[in-house]
Amino acid sequence: MKVLVPVKRVIDYNVKVRVKADGSGVDLANVKMSMNPFDEIAVEEAIRLKEKGAATEIVVVSVGVKQAQETLRTALAMGADRAILVVAAEDVHTDIEPLAVAKIIAKVAAEEQPGLIITGKQAIDNDMNATGQMVAALLGWAQASFASAVEIAGDAAKVTREVDGGLQTIEVKLPAVITADLRLNEPRYASLPNIMKAKKKELAEKTAADYGVDVSPRLTVVKTAEPAGRAAGIKVGSVDELIGKLKDAGVI
Amino acid sequence: MAVLLLADVNGGQLATDSVAKTLSAVKSLGEVHVLVAGAGAEAAAAEAAKLDGVSKVLLAGATDYSHGMAEATAALIVGLAPGYAHVAAASTAAAKNVLPRVAALLDVMMITDITAVVDADTFERPIYAGNAIQTVKSSDKIKVFTVRTATFGAVAATGAAAVETISGETAAGLSTWVEDKVAASDRPELTSAKIVVSGGRGVGSEADFALIEKLADKLGAAVGASRAAVDSGFAPNDWQVGQTGKVVAPELYVAVGISGAIQHLAGMKDSKIIVAINKDEEAPIFQVADFGLVADLFTAVPELAEKL
Repeated sequence: MKVLVPVKRVIDYNVKVRVKADGSGVDLANVKMSMNPFDEIAVEEAIRLKEKGAATEIVVVSVGVKQAQETLRTALAMGADRAILVVAAEDVHTDIEPLAVAKIIAKVAAEEQPGLIITGKQAIDNDMNATGQMVAALLGWAQASFASAVEIAGDAAKVTREVDGGLQTIEVKLPAVITADLRLNEPRYASLPNIMKAKKKELAEKTAADYGVDVSPRLTVVKTAEPAGRAAGIKVGSVDELIGKLKDAGVI
Repeated sequence: MAVLLLADVNGGQLATDSVAKTLSAVKSLGEVHVLVAGAGAEAAAAEAAKLDGVSKVLLAGATDYSHGMAEATAALIVGLAPGYAHVAAASTAAAKNVLPRVAALLDVMMITDITAVVDADTFERPIYAGNAIQTVKSSDKIKVFTVRTATFGAVAATGAAAVETISGETAAGLSTWVEDKVAASDRPELTSAKIVVSGGRGVGSEADFALIEKLADKLGAAVGASRAAVDSGFAPNDWQVGQTGKVVAPELYVAVGISGAIQHLAGMKDSKIIVAINKDEEAPIFQVADFGLVADLFTAVPELAEKL
């Protein structure tokens, strides 16, 4: 079974996010970028499926700017077999919307015919939490979002999902789309020899036009602002003083 | 044009608080029809009919829609959507599973986690784990969005809307529900509790989380946890407060042994009063706390529980 793993290049999760003074967005020029952490978990899960013999080939795909090839190389160094880069934007500040990304991934899937698509449940930049579900919709496949455990059994996958009250287990018919939650696994680091080897792995470059997908946005960003700040309060010296303050505030 | 509001139903019970808060978020957009889906949801539909601002409840009682199964529920909503300008739901795990599927099938963008409705096309939503607030204007014919309910008040329950039974498309054979593992608890639900006591990595172990639970029970509070605490296995995933967990805004939020990573703050900074107990006086949590206590939680928390 071939596994397709869509990954996104996003601001590194350790970088302090700065809103641009003109309100047009977040400053991404000369900022450290990395693979979206949820997508890293998806890549790891695909590799584990291959190690267990449930998957035979792992193809990673990224839709975005040309620089996303670094993200794909990281996935190849972790253990993916080959990569497809779909260039859909020139400016690093252009975020391709999940709907357009999903349309491109669906086209890639139609060509590649994977038995499974695994991706992160959300990207830590736009926080939309939508691409995986949209890919499943466009392909008419089953979906298992927010996965914390995946078990492949024949032509179905048994997936445990993180839901509001606890955990839900469902069975989806393959091919299907799974989106990875935080606790699905802990991704490995790529070793130096594997990073070197990854440079020789196949990385095909395409454009959105190759797939006939219009990536123009449906949402116009009116403005981007800093969140309202919250003023720091006071330090109390003891538990008794704390209880006094809470009683004064009327919350206990 | 009206709003179609997908209600969260768990085990036949309406998630009344989240529906009531979503109703107050969307009330400026027109009349609201609430969709209650799943077998055995009659009582949930009757409950929804009482909420102010609901002009009609649609009850789709087929088993295919039970347990929030995405494929069938999305097919049902897509069939209803042409009659609506907006399709909305509270930002719950169930809605975040279903509505993006609906949006793609309607060829419209998803608008996740809105915190304000500016006008019929324009919404505010947090991005970058709450580090920025973006205002977006949609050009789509139908707006599909989820609402972060923490900042909205709940509407009252003095209404008496009609309940109409409907049927619709399903998605036979794609997926099957196996089981739900929902921890039974006498504590209030995290997102609607008046008081929340949360523990972080500083609590140190699953066993020591009992300290947090004891304090919570003394206060009649819900128990929360930081991502670090959940990742370390101290607390179950459904307790996680933060950008990728639950977003809460109680009257009182007590953060114990939580450093205050931005992604945690995104999930609780709208709380009315924030208390932080942490032995590290440099912890960022103190920058948002109304009352900070620099102390060892293993002495301060039991003392607090005892003296309350």
